[in-house]
Amino acid sequence: MADIAANTQARHHTAAEAKHLTEPPVVKWILISVAVLFIGLMVILPLITVLTQAFSKGLDVYLAAIRDPDALAALRLTIMTALIAVPLNTLFGLAAAWAITKFRFRGKQVLVTLIDLPFAVSPVISGLIFVLLFGAQGLIGPWLIEHNIKIIFAVPGIIIATMFVTFPFVARELIPLMETQGVQDEEAAVSLGAKGWRVFFKVTLPNIKWGLLYGMILCNARAMGEFGAVSVVSGHIRGETNTLPLHIEILYNEYQFAASFAVSSLLMLLAVITLVLKSLLESRMEKQLSGKD
Amino acid sequence: MMRGKRRTKSILPGFSLTMGFVVLYLSLLVLIPLAALVIKSAELSPREFWDAVTAPRVLASYKISLLTSLCAALVNLVFGLLLAWVLVRYRFPGKKIIDGLIDLPFALPTAVAGISLTTLYAPNGWIGSLMPEGVKIAYTPLGITIALIFIGLPFVVRTVQPVLQDLEADVEEAAAMLGAYRWRIFTRVILPELIPPLLTGFALAFARGIGEYGSVVFIAGNMPMKTEIAPLLIVTKLEQFEYAQAAAIAVVLLIISFVLLLIINFLQRWSNRRLRSG
Repeated sequence: MADIAANTQARHHTAAEAKHLTEPPVVKWILISVAVLFIGLMVILPLITVLTQAFSKGLDVYLAAIRDPDALAALRLTIMTALIAVPLNTLFGLAAAWAITKFRFRGKQVLVTLIDLPFAVSPVISGLIFVLLFGAQGLIGPWLIEHNIKIIFAVPGIIIATMFVTFPFVARELIPLMETQGVQDEEAAVSLGAKGWRVFFKVTLPNIKWGLLYGMILCNARAMGEFGAVSVVSGHIRGETNTLPLHIEILYNEYQFAASFAVSSLLMLLAVITLVLKSLLESRMEKQLSGKD
Repeated sequence: MMRGKRRTKSILPGFSLTMGFVVLYLSLLVLIPLAALVIKSAELSPREFWDAVTAPRVLASYKISLLTSLCAALVNLVFGLLLAWVLVRYRFPGKKIIDGLIDLPFALPTAVAGISLTTLYAPNGWIGSLMPEGVKIAYTPLGITIALIFIGLPFVVRTVQPVLQDLEADVEEAAAMLGAYRWRIFTRVILPELIPPLLTGFALAFARGIGEYGSVVFIAGNMPMKTEIAPLLIVTKLEQFEYAQAAAIAVVLLIISFVLLLIINFLQRWSNRRLRSG
């Protein structure tokens, strides 16, 4: 931990620390106080609220809410969804980054823009498009009904909608990273006689491992926490098509506030773990980059 | 789709494999489903489409979504600049934690943020109960704005921070040598450099706010004409099985998002050019 702190200290230590280039201490401390107050009000207070509300009816209610069969079913579905969506989107991200950064071809910029597309689409619309495609009145809905395949208001719909909203995460992390690393390492390996997969596993992967992990962690956080898109396609069937965020909504709307916040505390823990891993990986990546320079 | 027929020869393997997979995956998961939206809304005649997207309730929802997103993005513009400034320029205890917490709105599921903010700002909540008689935050447009401030918080900070970090100190130093006051240096030397990232962050927060759903539905109260946001209206239409109408509202919302995306791309290119020439 200490070296990471030192690392960021060095990063933040700009030349502008000279006396005539900083504000008077009074101004400085007022600015810091306002900034800290804003974060306290907008970010820290909501976190505290989750915890106090979760335990407001005591530990028994908290544990009961988490051990409830419907909550456990929702937890299982959330984990299963992430276990499918994250690896598939990781595979896509790797393929996209390889094609885009190692080769030159026409339409590259269009491809990069298209990959970012799901980020520009409202979560609700991300769910809607799959209802319009697979729903009973959807474009291929009648065919699906004929063949007894259920996608909307069922688990496949939840997984597909989650894949859509988490689609760009890994690719958009890897593309700039592999862009800066260039192709020399790989070309050297190939001219020394290494074959395709070997080049990837022995040369490329070690160079991008932290960035890859970073993208996967962000992808996972979104996959487990997605609400809007999943809500549209789920049908909210308890114990069957409810993910954790949807389970929280149901409990909240039934005025079971303590239980709702108890389940929320699990997702809050996920968010905190994500942030910690994220900042650890950021300093790892910084070290790797500076080690190369 | 352009398949790179004109690519320059590379000795690296795997182009057809990766490119084929990328185009297939992208088409199946993103392009075809998005096309379904356009096809479905085309089931309406132009007249019906126009009526669907200009119904008073629909127009009211666009107005609420746009106005609350705009207000939230403006608040984030000011506080985002302040946070970026404080985090780059000063050292203080707890700075590392504050820096990490900036990203919380990206990591915290929106439903959790939604119920937590609602509880805080409801009339009997910690903050809601502090309000003077008659002032309500939750279940009003003000509540929607608060939720959108939370959701959009990281954008301006994270776009401004790196630019502020890389700002050359010598220009500032020269200005100080010439006797310029700190405030004058800030407005004349530093701020102009920060305008492209500020605008990018603002547009990103604005675009995110227009589409946001999870954190808003709980705090909004969802009264038609008053606190009903456009994404919620899409859900309502879906629940009434008015698929084509839902698609029409969504198409308009998407067009707004894409226009913003274009503006963001333009701003980023502008800012890159400036950085390179500067």
